[in-house]
Amino acid sequence: MKKLSIVLRLAALAGLAAYSNTDYSQFEKPLSKDQEILHALNRLTFGPRPGNVEVVRKMGVKKWIDQQLHPERIVENPELGARLQPLESLQMSAAEIATNYPPRVVIQAMSKGLMPLPQDADARQKVELQLQRLKTRQNANGQGKGRDPLQQAMRQQVLATTDPVERRKLVADKAPQQAVAYDLNEAKLYRAIYSNRQLEEQMADFWFNHFNVYIDKGADRILTSTYERDAIRPHVFGKFRDLLEATAESPAMLFYLDNWQSVSSELGQRELGQRELGQRDIDQKAKLRAKAKQARGLNENYARELMELHTLGVDGGYTQHDIIEVARCFTGWTINQPNRRGEFVYNDRVHDKGEKTVLGVKIPAGGGREDAERVLDILARHPSTAHFISTKLAKKFVADDPPPALIERMAKTFHDTDGDIRAVMSTMLDSREFFSEGAFQAKVKTPLELIVSAVRASDAQVDFAIPLATQIAQLGEPLYRKIEPTGYSSANSEWVNSAALLARMNFALTLTDNRVPGSKVDAIKFADNPAAVARQVLFHEASPQTLDSIKKALAQREPTPALVAGLVLGSPDFQRR
Amino acid sequence: MSTRRLFLKSSALGMFGVGTAPAWLSRALYAADGPGARKKILVAIFQRGAVDGLNVVVPFGEKQYYSLRPNLAIPKPDRTENSAIDLDGFFGLHPALAPLKPIYDSGHMAIVHAVGSPDPTRSHFDAQDYMESGTPGRKATSDGWLNRALPIQKDASPVRAVSLGTVLPRAMRGQNEAVAIANLNDFQIRDTRGAGTFESMYESSLDQVLNGAGRETFEAVKLMQSIQKQPYAPRNGVQYPNSSLGQDLMQIARLIKSNVGLEVAFAEMRGWDTHVNEVGARPTVGQLSNLLGQFGNALAAFYQDLGDRTADVCVITMSEFGRTARENGSRGTDHGHANVMFAFGGGIRGGKVYGPWPGLEQEQLYEQRDLQLTTDFRDVLGELVVRHLGNAQVASVFPGYEQPKFRGIVG
Repeated sequence: MKKLSIVLRLAALAGLAAYSNTDYSQFEKPLSKDQEILHALNRLTFGPRPGNVEVVRKMGVKKWIDQQLHPERIVENPELGARLQPLESLQMSAAEIATNYPPRVVIQAMSKGLMPLPQDADARQKVELQLQRLKTRQNANGQGKGRDPLQQAMRQQVLATTDPVERRKLVADKAPQQAVAYDLNEAKLYRAIYSNRQLEEQMADFWFNHFNVYIDKGADRILTSTYERDAIRPHVFGKFRDLLEATAESPAMLFYLDNWQSVSSELGQRELGQRELGQRDIDQKAKLRAKAKQARGLNENYARELMELHTLGVDGGYTQHDIIEVARCFTGWTINQPNRRGEFVYNDRVHDKGEKTVLGVKIPAGGGREDAERVLDILARHPSTAHFISTKLAKKFVADDPPPALIERMAKTFHDTDGDIRAVMSTMLDSREFFSEGAFQAKVKTPLELIVSAVRASDAQVDFAIPLATQIAQLGEPLYRKIEPTGYSSANSEWVNSAALLARMNFALTLTDNRVPGSKVDAIKFADNPAAVARQVLFHEASPQTLDSIKKALAQREPTPALVAGLVLGSPDFQRR
Repeated sequence: MSTRRLFLKSSALGMFGVGTAPAWLSRALYAADGPGARKKILVAIFQRGAVDGLNVVVPFGEKQYYSLRPNLAIPKPDRTENSAIDLDGFFGLHPALAPLKPIYDSGHMAIVHAVGSPDPTRSHFDAQDYMESGTPGRKATSDGWLNRALPIQKDASPVRAVSLGTVLPRAMRGQNEAVAIANLNDFQIRDTRGAGTFESMYESSLDQVLNGAGRETFEAVKLMQSIQKQPYAPRNGVQYPNSSLGQDLMQIARLIKSNVGLEVAFAEMRGWDTHVNEVGARPTVGQLSNLLGQFGNALAAFYQDLGDRTADVCVITMSEFGRTARENGSRGTDHGHANVMFAFGGGIRGGKVYGPWPGLEQEQLYEQRDLQLTTDFRDVLGELVVRHLGNAQVASVFPGYEQPKFRGIVG
């Protein structure tokens, strides 16, 4: 038995156990009408809510999908607006966030007198409070910084019972930076839980993850909010070229992948010459020059990830030489005061004016900002990009190992429509492969999907989402905190491990037992026998194995519907979508 | 010692019926009896935030050290607690690390100085990432060196790779099963009403992926139960400090002594980013001194607690980069380059500070400000992977770094 499970796990690592390699016949087998409805809801939303199945059945799957592809036609849920309204940093510019929620480096700079205190009286008061705190912390000499889950739990309990506006004030006064991250986390979860425009939210999550930035890297603490709002969200169904440009010139990305520091290497040399004026020792000079070159000059990070992760894919046909050429084109794309203003600016002085060749295309000497625009044109329209993006979408929405024929059709749409994301999605969602046995229940939920789908299925009311975000982090997907530019994987193998499975089961029981602060499940809504409760939260019949296990365990005791619901949410049946 | 091991063995096996104990379990437990058959264990400790190596292992024999750091320099050894602890007439330990001195003297603690990542970045984020992936300069590496360091093995223990904390750190991620455990006592289904039911569900599930992972989970849980039942008593009344590192190391010791098949473990300590007020009224007190006190006490307790098991264990410490050789204007130091690593364990050739010393004269500094690198961190880790863990495939553990230069710290 043990051997079998090892073999299976190896198969699962390689792809999806049942459909690996070249056998895609499962993707030719159609689903029943009921399965189609459930499948559409499972894939295009963060999990069905009570009543959703009936709505889709009445409207027809095709029409419902078409509506989800046009979110502007969907009336938004007022529950959502009420919850987003107090999260004020979501509406601010980066500069406003910097002023109102100053990062630590700014406070430290002010404490050293390297930066003036803000003019605005209100902002000044906030900074002075922070200066005081900084001093207190320093006097405490960094004592007692250990993890304390109990303290964290108590803090969340207290915050959950506080009015949202007051709650934000408490958080912002204690740690202003944390309030910004809280706003982002809360907004993401409220939207996932309450929005009627579910596919738009799935797409926002997909594209943010595709163009990942890490909120804890320096200035990205103040730049991530505007990044999601202004660079990602407006383009989730738009033209890929526009989305690419929006991320390329976003201060968040320029900072995260270091392009803001990248200058023409010739300029780096010139600066060095000036700095060394008067030095006599030639050997010493040569040594220093080699080092200073590393300090200021071309930075290849963004150029590499732009091709490897954002557009062509690692096997997309570019070379190390292309990376350098692309980096040269992007010199001068930088940020005005990353920690204070966080505005994109093109600085012609540091731009490399020489001729470049990118993927065989000549970019003439003497250019400026438009050199990089040219690169974005080439990359967005490259066949490798159409293929790479189509594959990634199919992996997320269809299966870990999607049929190549489907990817080809999606890539063709991408090419024919000049990268129209909505059209590519339509091709995928219209396909027989999408509504096939090969795709049905083929994906293991990511931590975000698991937690949100449990909340939606149990119809929980959420008035403070941070404890849910904490749970998601414990399951291995801290929101806005993926350090690597790869973003999170949507592959099943990523999310199936011992600690995560245990955490999923524990979460399920905690949720239905109303022990997650800020979330409330009304147990009265659950039916009084296990099979019916299972149907309520799974929206289909539970597997006989799951049902038998529940019945056996509860044989001796009086089963409470809340406990049964928790067991079903923690069952293997609920881990897939 | 051996009765304790026998007891744990029988209680762990008792969790499974006769003849049903998984292969890895019986192997892990019985292997403990065969001479030399016990698994080698590597414990990696990350000091996040970039510890100031020049004030941890002090080059007191270097004149420049004192002119670069008028307020911060630790005084030359004078046998008081306000001076460095002499190691070899040139280097000295920060006095807060006094608990580690006996290990050094016993020959089981080695120090490598001027060691680190060759990548020039001074970003915490990038440098930690590079040190954990084991591929400086390459951001797209998706797994970590500590996971790749595990020798390929079928029927491996579900707890062969454990990190303390709620999220699996970068260094531990990858194809081999690795478990993040915040607290051993908490690695269970907390609500007893659900435990048996979940186990039965996953064990009977026809979902092949979840069935396989579920079985292993509950095997690991059972293994933990055998540990959880015994309140843990460190050897000879060793007192672990109540710091987060102290508690994490105690749990690792508990796993090691339970013989459940642990091979690599990871723990971390934060807060080393001492830009401001690194020292207090004197150079030997203040922020860094307090942090080092926690650090040294935790490690010393761990080492004492392990007793004769130190023969199987190697501990290695690392931090993403060092700090500026010169002190800054606010009694602190800024982001630098090379740093210091500690390695200790029964198989370590200790009592010595390894690595050529690059000097602190202006022209000897990296970019005219930081300690120059003379040892690549992969030289040290690579040696531990090959000579301690016995994994000869060092090229796949550190891709792109095929020829590590071992310093001879194991042997």
